[in-house]
Amino acid sequence: MRKLIVVVAALALVAAACGGAGDEAGGGEGAAEQPFRIAVVAPSAINDLAFSQSIYDGLVAIQEEMGGPTKVELAVTDGTFVVEDAAAAIRDYAAQGYDLVIAHGSQYGTSLQEIAPDFPDVSFAWGTAGDTFGLPNVFAYEAASNQGGYVMGVMAAALSESGVVGIIGPIEVGDAKLYVDGFAAGVKAQDPTVDVTINYTGSFSDVALAAEAARAAIGAGADVLTGTAQMVVGAVGVAQEEGVLWFGTQADQTQLAPEIVVASQVYHWEVVLRDMIDLIQQGTLGGEAYVIDLANGGEEIAFNPGFDLPADVKQLGQDTIQGIIDGSIVVPAGG
Amino acid sequence: MGEFFTSAVLVSTVASGLRLSTSYLFAAVGETFGQRSGVLNLGVDGIMLLGAFGAYYTVLNGGGLWLGMVVAITVGLVMGLAMAFTSVTLQAEQGISGIGFYLFGLGLSDLLFQKLVGTPLPIRGFPELRIPFLADLPVVGEMLFSHSIVVYAAFLLVPVAAFVLNRTTLGLKIRSVGENPEAADTLGVSVAGVRYLTVMTGSALAGLGGAALATELGIFQQNLTAGQGFIAVALVYFGAWRPVGVMAGSLLYGLVASVVLQLKTLGIIPRSASELAAMLPAVLTILALVVAVQRERQPAALTKPYERGA
Repeated sequence: MRKLIVVVAALALVAAACGGAGDEAGGGEGAAEQPFRIAVVAPSAINDLAFSQSIYDGLVAIQEEMGGPTKVELAVTDGTFVVEDAAAAIRDYAAQGYDLVIAHGSQYGTSLQEIAPDFPDVSFAWGTAGDTFGLPNVFAYEAASNQGGYVMGVMAAALSESGVVGIIGPIEVGDAKLYVDGFAAGVKAQDPTVDVTINYTGSFSDVALAAEAARAAIGAGADVLTGTAQMVVGAVGVAQEEGVLWFGTQADQTQLAPEIVVASQVYHWEVVLRDMIDLIQQGTLGGEAYVIDLANGGEEIAFNPGFDLPADVKQLGQDTIQGIIDGSIVVPAGG
Repeated sequence: MGEFFTSAVLVSTVASGLRLSTSYLFAAVGETFGQRSGVLNLGVDGIMLLGAFGAYYTVLNGGGLWLGMVVAITVGLVMGLAMAFTSVTLQAEQGISGIGFYLFGLGLSDLLFQKLVGTPLPIRGFPELRIPFLADLPVVGEMLFSHSIVVYAAFLLVPVAAFVLNRTTLGLKIRSVGENPEAADTLGVSVAGVRYLTVMTGSALAGLGGAALATELGIFQQNLTAGQGFIAVALVYFGAWRPVGVMAGSLLYGLVASVVLQLKTLGIIPRSASELAAMLPAVLTILALVVAVQRERQPAALTKPYERGA
C-alpha cells in the first residue's frame, strides 16, 4: 500500500510538472492533504528591517504555527516597487490558484481592485489599508501604528534632556502619518514643553536625504530621534554616529545600531493572518478589514535588551501600554 | 524665518549641502568626460549602484574602505568597458542602451545584496578629516573643512578634470572627437580609443560616486541612489559640459535640498507644503536647464556613433 502511494505521488508530480494538472491525481485515498498556499507581493526586500519584513515574519510565524512547510506553502515576490510589476505578480499567483494572495503595499490597491473580480475563487488581502472595495474576496489589514508611536513618544519625552525630539517621515500618508502623529502626541502628552520637529523628506527610498534630515534635527537640538519607512536606515546611521537615541518601528531595528536603539514597535501580522486563514478555510474569502493594535497583540514594543533604559522610563512605557489596552488612555488617530 | 539666519544653522545647512552634492559631483564630472567625446551614458545610476554595493560589501567583509574604493572603481571600469563596447563598437542607440545598463545595475546590485548580505547591516565610513588650521577658522572651518576625505576628493576632482579637458593634448583629442570625429580621425586621433577611455573613466567615477554614497551613509539598500545618476546626467547639461559649471549645478542641487530640509525641520515650511518643497531641487534644475540649453551648444557629435567613411 505504502509503495502504491509513493508511485501515485510520483506520478502526480510528473503530471503536475508536465501539464500543471496536479489536482486530478491528488484525490486518491490516503493522499497527503494539500498545503494551504499563500503568496505575498511586497514593495521592498523581505529583510529590510521595516515594512516588508513585518509581513514576511508574520507569515513565517503562521507557517510554523500551522505545522511547517508541508502544511503552509509560502511564495514571495519582493522588491516590486514598480506597481505594474507587482500587479503582474499578483495576477500570476491568483492564476496559479494560491489560496491567499497578499498585496502588501497601499500603492497596490488600484491594481488589486481590477484583479480580484477576475478570480472570484481566490482570496486576496491588501495592506496597509482599511478598505476592501466592497469585494467579497478581498481582506484589508492595517496597523494602529499611532498606538506604539504614542508609547514610544512618551518614553522619548522622558529620555530627552535637550527638550527636542526629532521625527523623520517619508510622505505624509497612511501608516507613516499615523505613526508620526501618534509619536508626536505621546511626546506632548508626557511633556508639553518638549519641542517636536517633524520632517517628511518626500521620499520612501532616498536614504541620503533621510540621513541629512536626521543631521538637521540633531542640529536643531534633538537628542532623541525616530522615523518610519525603509529609508530611515540612513537616519539610524547618523543617530549612531552622533550618539543620539533612536526609536524604531515596523520591525525590531536593534541590530542596525545596538548602542542607541531604545525600543522598536514590532508588528505581528500573524494575529490577523490567522483569522483570515480560518475564514478562508470555512469558505469566506474576504470582506473583513482588520486592525492590529496593542490590545489584540498585533503590536508589541520590543525593548533593546542591550540598552540601559532607566527602570522608571521603562515602567512609564509599560504603564502607557496598559493604559491604551484598558482604554484609560485614548490615542488620537491623527489629524 | 529669523531662526534660519543664525550662524549655527547656516553652517550646518551648507555643510549638509556639500555632503549631498558629493555623489552627484563624482558621477557628473565623470559623465562630462564621456559627453565631451560624444558619448551619452545614461547608465550612470546603475553603475553607481553597483559601485556602491561593491564598496559596501568589501567594507562589510573587513576589506577596508580603501579596498572598497578600488573595488568600486574596478566595477565602474568593467561597466564602462561594456558600455563603450555597446555604444562605440556596436554603435547602439545611446539613450536606449544606457537605460538598459541602468536597469541591469539596479537589478544586479539588488540581487547581489539580497543573496550576499540580506539584512542591511551598518558599516563605518571615512572619519571626519579636519584640515589643519583651516578647520579652526570661524564659520567656514566647520562649513568647508570638517568633512570626510570623499567630500574633498569630489571637489578636488573638478580642477583636475577642467585642467585635463582644457589644457592637455588628451583634452584636445577628447573635445575634437566630440565636436568633429571625421576631422580628428583624419589627423590620426583614434576616435574609438578616445571614447573608450572617456566612457571608462566616467564609469569609474560613477562607481566611485556610488561608493562615496554608501560609505558616507554606512549602509546599502535596494535602489540606494534613488535616481542620483539621472540627476548627474542632467547636471552635465546644466553645467554646459564644463567641470566648473557641473560643480555649480551639483552645489545648487545639494544646497537647495539641504535648505529645504532645514526649513522643514525648523517648521518654517509648513508640513502641508512639504511634498511641494521636496520637489524644489528638481524644479530649479529643470528651470536652469531650460535657460542653460538655450545659451550653450552641446558637443556636435553627442550621441552620434562614428563610422569611418560613413
